[in-house]
Amino acid sequence: MEHQSHDILIVGGGGAGLRAAIAIGEENPNLSVAVVSKIYPMRSHTVSAEGGAAAVIKPNDSLEDHCYDTISGSDWLADQDAVELFVNEAPAEMVQLEHWGCPWSREPDGSVAVRPFGGMKIERTWFAADKTGFHMLHSLFQTALKFNNVTRYDEWFATKLLVHDGRCQGVAALELRTGQIRAIAGKGTILCTGGAGRIFPFTTNAAVKTGDGMALAYRAGVPLKDMEFVQYHPTGLPGTGILITEASRGEGGILINSQGYRYLQDYDLGEPLDVNDPSHPRKRTMELGPRDRLSQAFVQERKKGETIEGPYGDYVHLDVRHMGEKKIDKKIPFVRELCRNYVGIDPVHELIPVRPVVHYVMGGVHTNIEGETPLPGLFAAGECACVSINGANRLGSNSLTELLVFGARAARAAVRFGAQAADIAVEEITALAEQEQQRIRERFFQPQGGTETIAGLRTELTSTMESGAGIYRSEESLRASCDKIRELKQRSGQIELADHSLTFNTELTTALELEYMLDVAEALVHSALARTESRGSHQRTDYPERDDQQFLKHSLAFQSDGDPRIEYLDVAITRWPPGERVYGSK
Amino acid sequence: MAASESAQSAATITLEVFRYRPGQDDEPTFQRYDVPYQEDWVVLDALNHVKDHIDGTLTYRWSCRMGVCGSCGMMVNGDPKLTCAAFLRDYYPDAIRIEPLNYFPVIRDLVINMDDFLDKMSEVKTWLIPKEEKPVSEGEYLQTPAELAHYKQFSMCINCMLCYAACPVYGQHPNFIGPAAIALAQRYNLDSRDGAADDRADAIFSHEGIWECTFVGDCTRVCPKKVDPAGAIQQAKVEATKDWFRSVLVPWGNK
Amino acid sequence: MSVDAIETKSKEYIRPMPANWWMTKKTYVSFIVRELTCIFVGGYALFLLVLAARLEEPEAFAAWLNSPLLIILQIVALPMVLYHSITWINLTPKVMVVWRGEERVSPLVIAGANYVAWAILSIAIFYLVCI
Repeated sequence: MEHQSHDILIVGGGGAGLRAAIAIGEENPNLSVAVVSKIYPMRSHTVSAEGGAAAVIKPNDSLEDHCYDTISGSDWLADQDAVELFVNEAPAEMVQLEHWGCPWSREPDGSVAVRPFGGMKIERTWFAADKTGFHMLHSLFQTALKFNNVTRYDEWFATKLLVHDGRCQGVAALELRTGQIRAIAGKGTILCTGGAGRIFPFTTNAAVKTGDGMALAYRAGVPLKDMEFVQYHPTGLPGTGILITEASRGEGGILINSQGYRYLQDYDLGEPLDVNDPSHPRKRTMELGPRDRLSQAFVQERKKGETIEGPYGDYVHLDVRHMGEKKIDKKIPFVRELCRNYVGIDPVHELIPVRPVVHYVMGGVHTNIEGETPLPGLFAAGECACVSINGANRLGSNSLTELLVFGARAARAAVRFGAQAADIAVEEITALAEQEQQRIRERFFQPQGGTETIAGLRTELTSTMESGAGIYRSEESLRASCDKIRELKQRSGQIELADHSLTFNTELTTALELEYMLDVAEALVHSALARTESRGSHQRTDYPERDDQQFLKHSLAFQSDGDPRIEYLDVAITRWPPGERVYGSK
Repeated sequence: MAASESAQSAATITLEVFRYRPGQDDEPTFQRYDVPYQEDWVVLDALNHVKDHIDGTLTYRWSCRMGVCGSCGMMVNGDPKLTCAAFLRDYYPDAIRIEPLNYFPVIRDLVINMDDFLDKMSEVKTWLIPKEEKPVSEGEYLQTPAELAHYKQFSMCINCMLCYAACPVYGQHPNFIGPAAIALAQRYNLDSRDGAADDRADAIFSHEGIWECTFVGDCTRVCPKKVDPAGAIQQAKVEATKDWFRSVLVPWGNK
Repeated sequence: MSVDAIETKSKEYIRPMPANWWMTKKTYVSFIVRELTCIFVGGYALFLLVLAARLEEPEAFAAWLNSPLLIILQIVALPMVLYHSITWINLTPKVMVVWRGEERVSPLVIAGANYVAWAILSIAIFYLVCI
């Protein structure tokens, strides 16, 4: 079997993966880098991000403030050394991206503009109209084209980490065009595969967000950290789950219930200002509160019967009409386009129906602040990793910046590791890849009389995730989900493919993705069951209070033969002792 | 088949889908599928229904389902469209014919080979080559909102290649650099921070570049992001012509 | 054991472009019609050269001009040339981009300005030739 050999290999070609590739392209042009992605890089989910990326650059802002906002936003579960590092490196990374051509929106004097965002005391969110992720991804992708030492493996689907001699030496990847599985070897492997929103039924996430890298690491014995923390974005379109950016609230949009009442004022998020008040929207208040609190408020409103019934479940209204057509077309034109196309309303004149939908997974592959995982030779960055800077709840616009800061850091860590690592054990790695090819052929290409369908199992999975591990959880609901997932994992062995072609077999990749989703879901629900407290986006109706005594710790879920083993790791506290999260004051 | 049987009393719509299975088919065929009709469904929803419940072998690309990733471009009734933005209600009750994007080789079913486009992006140097170097420590390049506006439209390209599938010139001359690649080159040429318009000139002010274009204009019509690649190409023609006059009338001003 | 593991390189299918490609879409048909009108524009330019050359023998030339064939050609050429000019002027906003700060001058203004210039030139030539 042929194998491909590089110095460093990056799995995933989104914002983090491309930033990592460029870091090596620029700083180590003599090293060969592989970017292995199951889709063309410009299709990566980074492209859908809308609102912006945070970094301190304005004179009225400070690194301390960004740190405090992030740490309090995380309900004190973020590692403060990681946050400090992130906040310090963010401005330079963002300027660097501007130097690579990113078309940031500007002030009249030509400097980069910033806008307010949820949970942040001072505006620091850089934006490119309301297609920030799109512009960032395309700037990164087009910049990456410059480097001759970067080889792209487009539409190669990673199926297994190749671990030999206690270290990760590459991946086995399926080349979609030929159906062949090959070893792609590298002294350093960086996972940049994104999150797993598709394990829930209503999500802003694209089809590709199936937790691939998380599952690959989990199966190789690397723990998944803080998996119980899943962010519901308060404003997604009902049904499709399409994202309506937080920027619409940053620019002054308000949330109202079936009575036309700005209900957030009932939930400790401060006092509402009139929309025409020059101080509206006030930061860290009302609609600019943190996402977890806004999503929880929706559930409470629904219980009170103050939400609006629709064909895809209940919803509330986002009102941006007072912004006026000119401001909407300038600041949030994509929102207008999405509303017209997908719900047939024009936000200039009508109310936008919105509801919380799953958006981001705070948890992920356990890494340190360098992006190193406990498995030598394996690194991770971006949404698939958990450093953690986001803790129990992520602030909007921190994740796009996170891609740049940790994409670059993980790349440098991988390069340092590779410089002192022994040569790749080519024969053993190739043999492992051949075994993987054999396994897949036997499992999926031989008629076995299986009775399960991919779509059927997937629907059952997403259903149990929403009912058992949604915005509010209980021991009962979580146990039910744990049982269901155990059952689904067992039944997934009965999946039978209709497609036995080797050319571009997306039924095969969908089946493999379902298996990844089941592993990630398993880690999530068991971690949630074990955390008997409420913190950030993990809310237990049976344990409604935050418990710093027992749980100022990260959960670590390790795969085992039966249920995952959950361990705990202390949170790193530097300068900000745990306090109360307060919004709406001042 | 169970799904469509139980939905017999409910409305359905027929899809006529291009199938090509290498190794199995020498020539492509069309396969008909009846799917449930829902007013807010897009063609992509219908394809997903087929793959999930009727025929798992049907193969196509998709991801974001909101018109920003560019994966799901296909010919719908002979016109290139993003299937995540083509609503069934605009075709119902007639059947919908779905084929892979025109003028690209077909790998399988609705999946085309787009290597050519990516090669052209590299050829045309679609990345920023700054006029002057500036260390990151000195902060961002200044760019006024007016300067940003000059190239912003051309930066909105999602690389969906509907424009190539609409361009009969590309269909007949695959060497043509093509609408999106030239629009992206212009995006950088017009960026006030960029200084490499001359570098890109060789690739685009060439026989296979702008001069191959006969301004059919269908690329602009089908572009889902209103990039106006035809406009980019004609503006580049004006630039190239001005350059030529300058080099002829003022030869000592050249590099 | 493996079903078709021998197949490593799959055959891509290249769809040939049909000879009648220009008939397959409305926009392609109008493009070809627009391009064909160039024949009439070119032809009329030639005609004007011939007219200029024959100015010394007005009667013979006038007789030829009054022949049915030439009259028919004139009747056909006028709308063709008009169509060509109109489509051309309507496309000028794509080529002439005028910025006023952050906004582009409206395409209506650009096309409108071209129409006005066309009208002025036409009136001036009509005046010179016929008066």
